Amino acid sequence: MQEAIIKRAKELLADGSVNRVIGWKKGEFVYDITPAVFETAEEIDADFVYNELTSANVSKYLVKETKKDGKVLVFLKPCDTYSFNQLTKEHRINRENVYVIGIPGGPKLDVEKIKAKGITGILNITNDNGTLKIETLYGEETMPFADAVSTKCENCKSKKHVVFDELIGEDGDITDTNRFEMVEKLENMTSQERFDFWRDQLSKCIRCNACRNICPACTCEKCVFDNPDLGTDNKAAADSFEENMFHIIRAFHVAGRCTDCGECSRVCPQNIPLHLLNRKFIKDINSLYGEYQAGEDTTSRAPLTDYTFDDCEASIVHERGAE
Amino acid sequence: MQVNENKDFEPVIVAFCCNWCSYAGADLSGTNRLNYPTNVKIIRVPCSCRVNPMFILRAFQRGADGVIMCGCHPGDCHYTSGNYFARRRMTLLFSMLDYLGIERNRTRVEWVSAAEGAKFAETMESFTADIKKLGPNRRLEDLRCRKQ
Ligand code: SF4
Ligand code: SF4
Ligand code: SF4
Ligand code: FES
Repeated sequence: MQEAIIKRAKELLADGSVNRVIGWKKGEFVYDITPAVFETAEEIDADFVYNELTSANVSKYLVKETKKDGKVLVFLKPCDTYSFNQLTKEHRINRENVYVIGIPGGPKLDVEKIKAKGITGILNITNDNGTLKIETLYGEETMPFADAVSTKCENCKSKKHVVFDELIGEDGDITDTNRFEMVEKLENMTSQERFDFWRDQLSKCIRCNACRNICPACTCEKCVFDNPDLGTDNKAAADSFEENMFHIIRAFHVAGRCTDCGECSRVCPQNIPLHLLNRKFIKDINSLYGEYQAGEDTTSRAPLTDYTFDDCEASIVHERGAE
Repeated sequence: MQVNENKDFEPVIVAFCCNWCSYAGADLSGTNRLNYPTNVKIIRVPCSCRVNPMFILRAFQRGADGVIMCGCHPGDCHYTSGNYFARRRMTLLFSMLDYLGIERNRTRVEWVSAAEGAKFAETMESFTADIKKLGPNRRLEDLRCRKQ
């Protein structure tokens, strides 16, 4: 796959259709692959990587990149195409300035899950028919591929590209995963249990803002959380209220726009299950206002900028489920 | 907020009232000399749609024990559709608060028209009674904002 991608990127650069390529470059270790912009074939040959450890959704970079001169080439996995559509819909991406090539997605690996098994000093990771062969400083280790699959890929919502100019590889279908299982479990707990669960999780937050910075729905030029007068701009000043507030407000700001791409949970250094907040909104929207998948198209009205005369009253949420 | 664990707990209630209906409704209940609890502090907003979810959280942070949002009846919004948007927003926000384990019924939405002075007073009575039952807001408070 990597060869096909590199080949196509170099072709499009060479014939002048694009003057930059957004992709992923290798880092210091095999597992710290980061998004990057390439301008020449040499740079691509030297650094471009696409494999099971390449997880980052690069669609958000297009907000800046498509404002520059010339066309940019971007490679999008199926889940990233939803973010792309959503950004186009919000007029954050200049569609004329980008050429989209859809590429197959995951399942991707989460190196933290490998490290959690006590495997350190990782030099190389290869997939041998469902078994990971991990070369380390201390010898070779193995573990099942399935045990290291990234949380965001466990509940993959779609293998279908909702937007592309060209495809490399096969297009898939919308998948039917049970992504609301954990949300339901929480809903069925008592209010005190839920409170304890979330206090436990949210108190770990160090307010690094990584979740906001990575989020393709969080593209505000001026974010409320950067306002020093707000009192929520750093951890030092934060108490339990602010930890709650940051997460409620951020989740609310992306409600109806979050495509459930899973990037926020993936980057959280504290492993806070942020997707459980977003999925709660998605689940509520689906059940109260009709099925809606953000990023599926660029024309439908978002649930929070729409209404019907006979929407339910707010009291409904105090009447259903466990107390 | 006075920290008061005993039974004569007097809650602080914040009521966001839209200018065109509910605020006028509150006025009417005053001119009709109806009583409603002094716990209720009204904040006038141009339309229920002006109520940002952050306002609700802020009110709790600064010591409210209950927050209620009042607006024109659906269909009667001065700006035609503001309360329809507000309704969706508040529904989702309240659901999220519930999901995070904040006690139910600390938040409410009620539609009160300019002619419903009596409904305004009744609503505030019943909401205050509910909050008294729930006790002081502990799960969504800012310790630094608590006045000792
Ligand atoms: S909130 Fe998380 S899952 Fe939703 S779009 Fe943002 S990064 Fe993706
Ligand atoms: S948290 Fe809210 S204000 Fe900040 S970038 Fe995200 S959507 Fe914008
Ligand atoms: S990425 Fe995690 S630790 Fe960082 S601000 Fe977000 S939730 Fe908090
Ligand atoms: S003006 Fe009263 S709800 Fe809009």
